Amino acid sequence: MCLALPAEVISLDLARQAAVVALGPVRKEISIALLDEVAIGDFVLVHVGYALHRLSPEEAERTLSMMRAAGDCPEAELAGESAA
Amino acid sequence: MKYVDEFRARDLAEGLAGAIRREAAPGRSYNIMEFCGGHTHAIFRYGVQDLMPSNVHYIHGPGCPVCVLPIGRIDNALELAERHKVILCTYGDMMRVPASGRRSLLKAKADGADVHMIYSTQDALRIAAENPTRQVVLFAIGFETTTPPTAIALKAAADRGLTNFSVFCNHVLTPAAIKEIVESPEVRDSARVAIDAFLGPSHVSSVIGSAPYEPFAKVYRRPVVIAGFEPLDVMQATLMAIRQLNDGRHEVENQYVRVVTREGNRKAQGVVDEVFELRPSFAWRGLGEVADSALRIRAEFAAFDAERRFEISPSTAREPKSCECPSILRGAKKPTDCKLFGNGCTPDNPIGSCMVSSEGACAAYWTYGRFRQPASGSEAAA
Ligand code: SF4
Repeated sequence: MCLALPAEVISLDLARQAAVVALGPVRKEISIALLDEVAIGDFVLVHVGYALHRLSPEEAERTLSMMRAAGDCPEAELAGESAA
Repeated sequence: MKYVDEFRARDLAEGLAGAIRREAAPGRSYNIMEFCGGHTHAIFRYGVQDLMPSNVHYIHGPGCPVCVLPIGRIDNALELAERHKVILCTYGDMMRVPASGRRSLLKAKADGADVHMIYSTQDALRIAAENPTRQVVLFAIGFETTTPPTAIALKAAADRGLTNFSVFCNHVLTPAAIKEIVESPEVRDSARVAIDAFLGPSHVSSVIGSAPYEPFAKVYRRPVVIAGFEPLDVMQATLMAIRQLNDGRHEVENQYVRVVTREGNRKAQGVVDEVFELRPSFAWRGLGEVADSALRIRAEFAAFDAERRFEISPSTAREPKSCECPSILRGAKKPTDCKLFGNGCTPDNPIGSCMVSSEGACAAYWTYGRFRQPASGSEAAA
């Protein structure tokens, strides 16, 4: 029920507040009525047919590198940097 | 899939597990409640508990919207479909949830009621447009993630002047429920259930932001780490919670920074505010009446409120006897403590709501965990 997946925006119809997204091999029309700004190539979190939020590729990469650091090095500062 | 597979990588999971083993102090235990059913599902599906040392435990919380809806509201939905003969639009998960007398929307549909499974609130609007002579009701359930899509549909119906569309609103709020759990007698005098920290909702927080949990962490002196739904997210958030507990801190931290910000999605919050207002009280399955924990439709949109448009009987519904869902939802019992678990109650033939949704604790235990969980006692694997 709460499942939401990241999907790439591949086309936009701003007049209808709609977008087509790619979820792996699947193409799907969703509503972008809940987002202020969205561009082709953005990744958005899709839930029950609506984009809820944009994903930040930079933050995703930062999170992954902290995960790697936690495994590599016991002293890695993992949590400190990502606090809200 | 991009931004999914990377967060399921095995080598990183092993690295995180190693860090958790090094940092979890052997002399103490770490009881972490994951509020969201999405986390429960990830923990079981990927065997996250098995990677934890024996003193780190997950306690499964009530965060599955299907599981927390009381039976009476499902009876009401059945009444709309059967007595008022509306076209009832519902998300798939709700179809099999047992109502009173082991009825369900699926059974009502088999008996001829017009129950439609929808994927999106847009589908409900389309059905209303295609059936101008019928009343169409959206059976709206869910936390802060599904509420904005309901608000958008309601506003669109108002803009288009649809006279045959209304919403049966059952949207609930997570911060109020987390507060209720911490204040429950089981947790307050923690002889029975100890909860040291929370994994905060991920997608709910993408909408409301992480800020609403700040007063909570402060007042109840428990860390809240907003965590994504992928297994590595859960593990990293667990490590962050352990570090806070080791340091004696109780803050809101955000592991899911790629999606969640402190302020959340302002546009979605605005639409929700426009359409909904707080309900003074709402009954949750497992928690009972919780003040200010749900939403109702504002008077300006009364024409689209199914509760005002149709006469709905007050419910006298009772939970099925012996089903332990209410205690399971509060983290006070485990599915295996229920006499009916796997013994009359399975995902194919659910007796309670926790067995219906794949995010429910009973269904997760049955599907992924039943062979390795002892019937009672420690949940931790080696
Ligand atoms: S196993 Fe079935 S009957 Fe028992 S608590 Fe879970 S849902 Fe209820």
